[in-house]
Amino acid sequence: MSLRDVLGFATRALRGHRLRTGMSLLGVAIGVAAVVALTALGEGARRYVVGQFASIGTNLVIMVPGKTETTGGMPGLGGAPNDLTLEDARAILRGVPEIDKAAPTVMGTETVAFGERRRQTALIGATQEALEVRRLSVASGRFLPAADWERGSPLAVLGQKAARELFPGRDPVGQIVRVGDWRMRVIGVLASRGHQLGVDMDDVVIVPVATAMKMLDRRSLFRLVLQVRTHADLERARARAVRVVAERHREEDVTAITQDAVLGAFTSILGALTLALAGIASVSLAVAGVGIMNVMLVSVSERTREIGLLKALGAARPQILAAFLAEAVLISSAGGLLGLAAGWLAVRALVLVYPALPASPPVWAVLAAFSLSVAVGAVFGVLPARRATRLEPVAALAGR
Amino acid sequence: MIRLQGICRTFEVGGEPVHALVDVEETVAAGEHLAIMGPSGSGKSTLLHILGCLDRPDRGIYELLGRDVARLDEAELTLVRRHTIGFVFQFFHLVPRLTALENVELPMVFAGVPAGERRERALGRLRTVGLEARATHRPDQLSGGERQRAAIARATVLEPKLLLADEPTGNLDTASGRHVLEILERMNAAGLTLVVVTHDPAVARRAQRVLVLKDGRVVHRGDGAHIHEAVALLASAEDGR
Repeated sequence: MSLRDVLGFATRALRGHRLRTGMSLLGVAIGVAAVVALTALGEGARRYVVGQFASIGTNLVIMVPGKTETTGGMPGLGGAPNDLTLEDARAILRGVPEIDKAAPTVMGTETVAFGERRRQTALIGATQEALEVRRLSVASGRFLPAADWERGSPLAVLGQKAARELFPGRDPVGQIVRVGDWRMRVIGVLASRGHQLGVDMDDVVIVPVATAMKMLDRRSLFRLVLQVRTHADLERARARAVRVVAERHREEDVTAITQDAVLGAFTSILGALTLALAGIASVSLAVAGVGIMNVMLVSVSERTREIGLLKALGAARPQILAAFLAEAVLISSAGGLLGLAAGWLAVRALVLVYPALPASPPVWAVLAAFSLSVAVGAVFGVLPARRATRLEPVAALAGR
Repeated sequence: MIRLQGICRTFEVGGEPVHALVDVEETVAAGEHLAIMGPSGSGKSTLLHILGCLDRPDRGIYELLGRDVARLDEAELTLVRRHTIGFVFQFFHLVPRLTALENVELPMVFAGVPAGERRERALGRLRTVGLEARATHRPDQLSGGERQRAAIARATVLEPKLLLADEPTGNLDTASGRHVLEILERMNAAGLTLVVVTHDPAVARRAQRVLVLKDGRVVHRGDGAHIHEAVALLASAEDGR
């Protein structure tokens, strides 16, 4: 009995019970679709986070004022951290040879206006170094010029969206905009960049850091992004930068994290999340397997006469086993294929609704979901198929 | 062809043993046409099942073509059922979702005959039972007589040596019953050993030999021409109840 004959026989038998076959097939399909869609969701979240970090390069140390751990001491003494200043940034550049660039940043929100049009956007105070350190690029005009950090020139670079909203159909370069109470000349527009460190880089106005500090009335940097020359020196550079600042402040009152550490933490959390989602979805596959087993048991008891007949015609036990097992596996693998298609559609729909989430099922999940569905048919089909082969031909013929 | 020696078969029914066959001795020559008669519960179907290797005797020796069948394992029995024995049932037992042709092909599927050859041989068989024109009909589109003829074609497609028929005309009207018997007798004339279990004296009369069973024992042996003795015996058996 060739494989083709086995499959042919099983297919004919399944077609005899379209509704029942369809229902158990649907059970598997839902399970597989759930695995595909949920792992795509988890994977999408992971990629989103990785993308956020990768978009600003991987050999960065990010320093922010304040210590994340609880500090003790007398009330009224210490507590409030010292400012993280441009002077600190320069000291780090001088004292830590592993670091080749520093991008001091302050952030706030301001109203940007041009003529009648006004818009609330994120205000970023930056320096020329931000272009390289934060992997930005300019669509038209130019970025902030390399200049003394302390010089607060009235220059502005707009994000794509901000430029589009304020200057519909026009090139803003060379125009004067009002940012808060300040009049500034637009010198460039950023290329589209998407989200970066939680900020939509398309909806920003970037001004020189000294200007921004004056506008926002702040003396401390929001953060200092340090670019390390080689990835291998990342951890050492971080420690040395912290020490330089600690010496200047006479206490360690800054927090510096490396890209890798944060990324690693997020990746493992979201990897676990994806696995958990896959596990939950697999439960529904197991349930579908029980459904198949039930359908096959009904099928075997309905067809006892036929099984008796097959034995009388000279069908060997392995052949009967194969025929019934093939039915179960056909149901489950057809359901698996249907589920893959449904899962794919669900993921596409998700991406349409949330374009920012790069949802896509990981290859391992797709392969695992499909092979699991086939395995479910094989495992849960064994019991009914064995029951079929064990029937005594005489009793089976009598329908007992 | 067949030699039965001291065949016993006992079933448990409701905790009590029922002696379906007791010390049955019989020899059937190749090419013979034997009828087995008996009231219901006399063990005639059990005997047929044992002859067809669908059931095993508890005691005794069943020699088929010189082999002690009772000692064969399941895989060897399968081969005997497939190649040596054909079975025809009262209720036809055609697979309802398969056409007449596909039903006839079924034994060859299990025997591993290639698909092309299968079709050819099945069509040839359907021709010999006069059902070629109905090859693509499913069982529910065939009359009772046609179904039984398809079942005969299926039982004989692998050229068995022994054809066992359990009430082959039991569910048919007289005309199609006669047609079915003619086909069986034609095959018997061509050398196929034929064993028919029947209630019907008209069917038994056509056999060369008649065996009458009662309570699991052979109570009468005779040739078909003297069937009236057997019938009288059966009648008295029925009266005796």
